[in-house]
This record gives sequence, C-alpha cells and structure tokens, in this order.
Amino acid sequence: MNAAVEGPVLAYDELHGADGTVHPAYRPYVDWLEDIPPEVLKNKRVEADLLFRRLGITFAVYGDESGVERAIPFDIIPRIISASAWKKVADGCVQRVKALNMFLHDVYHDQEIIKAGIIPAEQILNNPAYRPEMQGIDLPGKVYAHVAGVDVVKVSDDEFYVLEDNLRTPSGVSYMLENRRMMMRLFPDLFARIQVAPVEHYPDMLLEGLRAVAPTRTDAPVTVLLTPGAYNSAYFEHAFLAQQMGIELVEGQDLFVRDATVYMRTTQGPQKVDVIYRRLDDDFLDPLAFRKDSMLGVPGLLSAYKAGNVVLANAIGTGVADDKSTYVYVPDMIRFYLGEEPILSNVPTFRLSRPDDLCYVLARLPELVVKEVHGSGGYGMLVGPKSTQQEIEDFRLRILANPDNYIAQPTLALSTCPTLVEEGIAPRHVDLRPYVISGADTRVVPGGLTRVALREGSLVVNSSQGGGTKDTWILEDGAC
Amino acid sequence: MLSRTAEHLFWMARHMERAENTARLLDVTYRMRLLPASMNQPVEPWAQAWAVPLITTGMASDYYASYDALTAENVLEFLVCHPNNPSSIVNCLRGARENARTVRGAITSEMWESLNSTWMEFGQVGTEVLDAEHLGAFFETIKQRSHMFRGVTVGTALRDESFFFTRLGTFFERADNTARILDVKYHILLPSPQDIGGAQDYYQWGSLLRSVSAFEAYRKIYRDTFSSRRVAELLVLRRDMPRSLRACAAEIYNMLQVLAGTTGKEAERQAGELNARLQFARIDDIIEGGLHEYLLDFLERIGELGTEIHRSFFASTDTVARLA
Repeated sequence: MNAAVEGPVLAYDELHGADGTVHPAYRPYVDWLEDIPPEVLKNKRVEADLLFRRLGITFAVYGDESGVERAIPFDIIPRIISASAWKKVADGCVQRVKALNMFLHDVYHDQEIIKAGIIPAEQILNNPAYRPEMQGIDLPGKVYAHVAGVDVVKVSDDEFYVLEDNLRTPSGVSYMLENRRMMMRLFPDLFARIQVAPVEHYPDMLLEGLRAVAPTRTDAPVTVLLTPGAYNSAYFEHAFLAQQMGIELVEGQDLFVRDATVYMRTTQGPQKVDVIYRRLDDDFLDPLAFRKDSMLGVPGLLSAYKAGNVVLANAIGTGVADDKSTYVYVPDMIRFYLGEEPILSNVPTFRLSRPDDLCYVLARLPELVVKEVHGSGGYGMLVGPKSTQQEIEDFRLRILANPDNYIAQPTLALSTCPTLVEEGIAPRHVDLRPYVISGADTRVVPGGLTRVALREGSLVVNSSQGGGTKDTWILEDGAC
Repeated sequence: MLSRTAEHLFWMARHMERAENTARLLDVTYRMRLLPASMNQPVEPWAQAWAVPLITTGMASDYYASYDALTAENVLEFLVCHPNNPSSIVNCLRGARENARTVRGAITSEMWESLNSTWMEFGQVGTEVLDAEHLGAFFETIKQRSHMFRGVTVGTALRDESFFFTRLGTFFERADNTARILDVKYHILLPSPQDIGGAQDYYQWGSLLRSVSAFEAYRKIYRDTFSSRRVAELLVLRRDMPRSLRACAAEIYNMLQVLAGTTGKEAERQAGELNARLQFARIDDIIEGGLHEYLLDFLERIGELGTEIHRSFFASTDTVARLA
C-alpha cells in the first residue's frame, strides 16, 4: 500500500465532521463510550491481547531467527461506516472486480481492449505478470480473480478512492473475522445496542464461490487450500480458512499430478482434487513450468490446469490486472466492458509514459509520490514531501532514463478514526480492504479489514511497521 | 484425510502423552528419593534411583553426552528442559504444539487452545522450576494439562479420522511407556526378594503403581499387600486398568479397526494379534517365561506395529493404482 505516506494534514476525520459534531454513524457508540471508565477500556485491551495470544492468532516474522510469532496489535475501538457509505463501497468494489475479471478473460483470449485502442498492447504483453501460458485457456465461469481485496481510503463522508486492487493472493480476511469474534467476546452489550452487519458467513460464501467454478464434469468437487507451509507469515489465516470451510489444508508435498490430474496423498490412498484455493504465488506453483527451485509447488500442476482438470483460485496470471501501471486503466475497463461509469474513483495518477504528464510531474516532484509501476512494498518509490533535494534530483535522473517505468500520484491523506493509544483515545489514520468473491456471481461481505497506523501522524498501516487492525462495523440499514 | 495430517495428529498426541509420562516418572522418583539436602550429593544409593528415569526413557547415553555425573539435579534438568534432549518435557510440549499448529484445521479450536496455552506457559521453563518449592507443582500441572488435552479431545472432537489418529497416538505412546516403566522398575525391585513385605518394598511398589496412577486401583482390586505377580497382572493384563498394556492394546486395535480401510489391513491384523495375545495370556505363564522377556517382546511388536502404521497411512506414495 504505497499511497500510505505522509501527506497533507487535512485528512478526513470519520468521527467528527468538519463542524466538529459527532458523525451520526458513531453517535450510539459515543453515547455508550461516555459511560465507560477509561480503565475498563484499558483492561479490555489487555484481555484482547491475551486472548489473541492464547488463540494463537499470530504471524511469523521473517528474518527472526528465534521463530517468534507476534500478534498484530488490535485496537478495540471499532471503525464505523454508515449503510449508505458502505453501499457505495460495496457496489463500487463489485463493479470493479467484475470489470477486472472481464479484462483478464479478454487479455488471455481475443484482446478486444487492445484492438479498441484503450490499452496499449505493450502495456499488457511486456508486463512481467502477463503469463503467455494462459493464452487461450478457458476457465469455468470466466473467473480469474475468485478472491479480490480492493484497498480503499475514505476521503469524505461518502467518497472513497481506490488505492490498489489485489488480485493475486490477497490476505487479511482472517483478521476481519477474528476481530469481529473478539469484539463480540469483549463487548457483547454493544452488539445488542448497535445493529452491525454480520461478516461471519464469509467462509461459506468463499466455499460456495469456489465450488461454483469447479471443472464442469464434477458432481461433488473436492476443494483444498494450498499453503506454502507452517512457516509462512500468513499460515494462521490459511489454517483458519481451511477449517472454517471444512476443506483440507494441503502443502505442495501433499499433492501430485498423474495423467494431467491432481491427487492428494491420503491415508486411504490418492484422492482426486478439483479446486485448489491456492495461497502460493504463481512463481512457486509448478517447478516444471515456473521457478525450478520451488520446493513448495506441485510438479505438473500447470499441465493439469491447462487440461481443465483442476481449477486454481485465483487463476495464474492475474497480476497483469493489479499492476500499478494497469491500475490507471481500470476506470476505462469499467466503461469498456460494463458500459457504466466507475462508482469508485482512482487516486489521480499520472503516467509518465505520456509526455504531458511527465512534464507536469517533473515540475512538481517535491509534492508528489512517484512509484515504479512493477514495484511493491514501498521499494523504488519517491515520496516528494519526505525527500531531500538530493534524493529528488537522483530520482529525477532515474525517471528520465526510463519514464515508462513510473507513475506519480498526489500525496494522499488516509482518513482518521478514534483509536485507543497510551494517551487515551486519539485519531489515527486508517485504510480499508473489503473482500470480493467471484463465483457464480460477484459478492462482497459487509465489512473488511481496517488497518490503522498506531503512531501519531503516521500513514503507514503495514503490520510490519507499527500498524494494527480494527473491527470494521457496517451499520445495518435504518440504524443510521 | 491427508497422510501428512494423520502423521502430525499421531505425533501431536504422542508428544503430549510422553510429556505426561516423563512427568509421572520424575515425580515418583523425586518423591521417593529426594530430600532437599541431597540435591547436590551424587552419593550411592540415592543416585541410583536417578538412573531409572534415564534407562526407562532410553536416554542414558544421550545424558552422558551432556553430563559427567549422575545427580538428581542433572537428571531433572535433562529430562525436564535440556535443549539437546528431544524427549524432554519442554521439547515434548513444543512438539505437541508444533504438530498441532501445522494441522490446526484438523483439530478443534479447544484442542489447539489447550496445547497452545500449555506451551505458552511452560514452553520456556528452565532450571528455575527444578527446586523443591516448584517441582511438585510443575509435574502436577503437566499431568493435568495432559488430562485436559485428552478430555478436550474426547469432549469436543468429531469422531472422524482426525480423532482416531489422535487417540491412536495417545495409546500407542502410553503402551510403550507403561511397558518401559514396568520393565525397568520390575528389574530393580525383583533382585531383593528379602524385602517383600517390608516398608521399603511398600514404597518401591507403591511408587511404581503411583507412576501409572494404579495405586488406588491395586488396593481396590486386590485388597492386599503388594506382590510382584499382582502388580504385573494389573499393569499387563487388566482390561479395566486404563494404563495397562492390555487396555492400550485394546484401544489401539479399536482405532485401527476404524482406520484400516483398504490400506491399513496389515496394521489392523498386527494390532489384533497384539491385543489377542494379551487378552488370552495368563500371568503365571508370563512370570514363568520371564516378565522382562515378555516386555521386550511386547516392545518389539509395538515397534513393528509403529513401522506398519507409518507404511500404511503416513508414507507418501504416488501410485494411483491404489485408487482402485
């Protein structure tokens, strides 16, 4: 999430409107909160921390020799979103993911969008995430991104910007579910007072979506979740989802391919597998087709996939659609494939491959964020307001050497939410990731993962850098 | 069920059961032999008693790789928390928890929480628990956590393959442990027949029985003083004594009858044979042939059964022919 940088101070505050009054969505919660002594909240926070550790809701920290697992800090103050604001997010995410799936099908078939001159061919074909192996393969339901995480940021009462689309192996949904479970355990009375839309049916919805896209010849599809293993940072989530869906949690070594069919090794001999919800990156899936040194994948998996005997969710090659350089075309995709206007806006983005944009950006480098189009995790980017003159000049040379490789965006302020910190309750910056499932149709659960930057003024919500999570409450219609 | 999952479940249960049995063994040795002043005095015959848990767990040579002298303190440290001892209580707790973590989806959240909280509380313990003030409570807690894990398993798990492989691990480990405890203790006790009926004899047999929670059962069943024949009968042949070889073999056979399917027929047969040999054996015949020889034979058979269980259920195979 690279838009998470220091920005202008004028962030939208979700609790207080511009006039300082409490937003109606927060009113019932604030009424309740006023009667609660501060020590009670602090005790609840300690209780939550203990519970998370006992339940083992942790992530492994890479590079830590001792193999320590940590719990992601959990903030016990919910983020509250009104039904009407949510409707816009939900409709917008569904619209976006529908268009992205149609785009992926198009890219790997007739490439009408290129012929129509909307996206340049080299933008797609030269993209490292484009997988030529996928060309011409027909997928059940034409679904590529079965699970998508759309990162959004709230900028006003009813306006959200999309920061990025995650169409490969988006994670974090277990925190959405466990955070809710934790809040219901800590504050049962609150849920009696405030009508919060439930999220607990997410695993059912996911399983239904996965089964809907099974290879057509199958009556009772065998569905498994493929994990890189117990030492992956998201292993807790893999195990949690497999259990919630009642499907096997498999590692590469548990699967093998014979006659273009995938089997798992069971106590009663091999069993055929129909759908693989994989939480393993494309590169590691099949050492025969992709990275030769992958110990995590299944040799021959691609051959079974191409033969249509197994479905992978998400499909191989979805990265071509969630790449930062493709992001700028998503509004055009929505218009092209759906004939609709985008419900959610993109963050205004300059493509430096365009001479006009390049000129504009080079003149305003100290104000802007410049990113490498294929970069991720904050690497290869310039944060203008945070950089020295020298850094800016160095970056200018890198841009000029290869302008096509960069995009630029205004520094964007994430909205703030009330958060329990040492000094008491104070505003902290948040983002939101709703999860969109595509099977027979495209749906989203009312909620998502809210990440919060716990340090004052920080816009970095990543858990590796002091970020935490909150429960996200979508109010039921009529509950204001 | 996935072969790998089944194997993790089996070992999850074995590790927890082993932690409990090691705690039992050390607890009775400690109660019998340890006076506060003797902690640092490797003097005969006190020190001899501390060789027993090492021999029983089969860890004597590993012990001497880390220590020169046989002292209560060293043995306790080695079997409770020494990092180089894979079967130390702490390493068993870690093993149980790590196996559980890997197959979290296959066990109930209560089972996971039980193992995880035990590991969180005791997974880092070191020599600070090894003094007179803490040791008794520590062993007691480990036993209770093992009881809790089994209780949670029986009380929450669906009766599917996961449950049966878990239970198979429990009884398999227990059968092995009871046979070892009985063999070593019996060996040490029998060479002094002149003590029969004496106070020392009472404490010796009493400690053996206590280490497998059989002291009260013995009194209830026999209503008499301890005799080696009856102790052997109780711990080898009684079906109603939950830690006896016969009870364990019966449970192992039960589990394998459910689990066998098409792949585990040979494992089921071996378990049935093991069970039948115990079911129809007479204690006088066993004593006549030598209890030690009998127990060695039992350990060998259970070892073979372990190999067969591994081959039938856990070993990876790519042979689709087995699908038919």
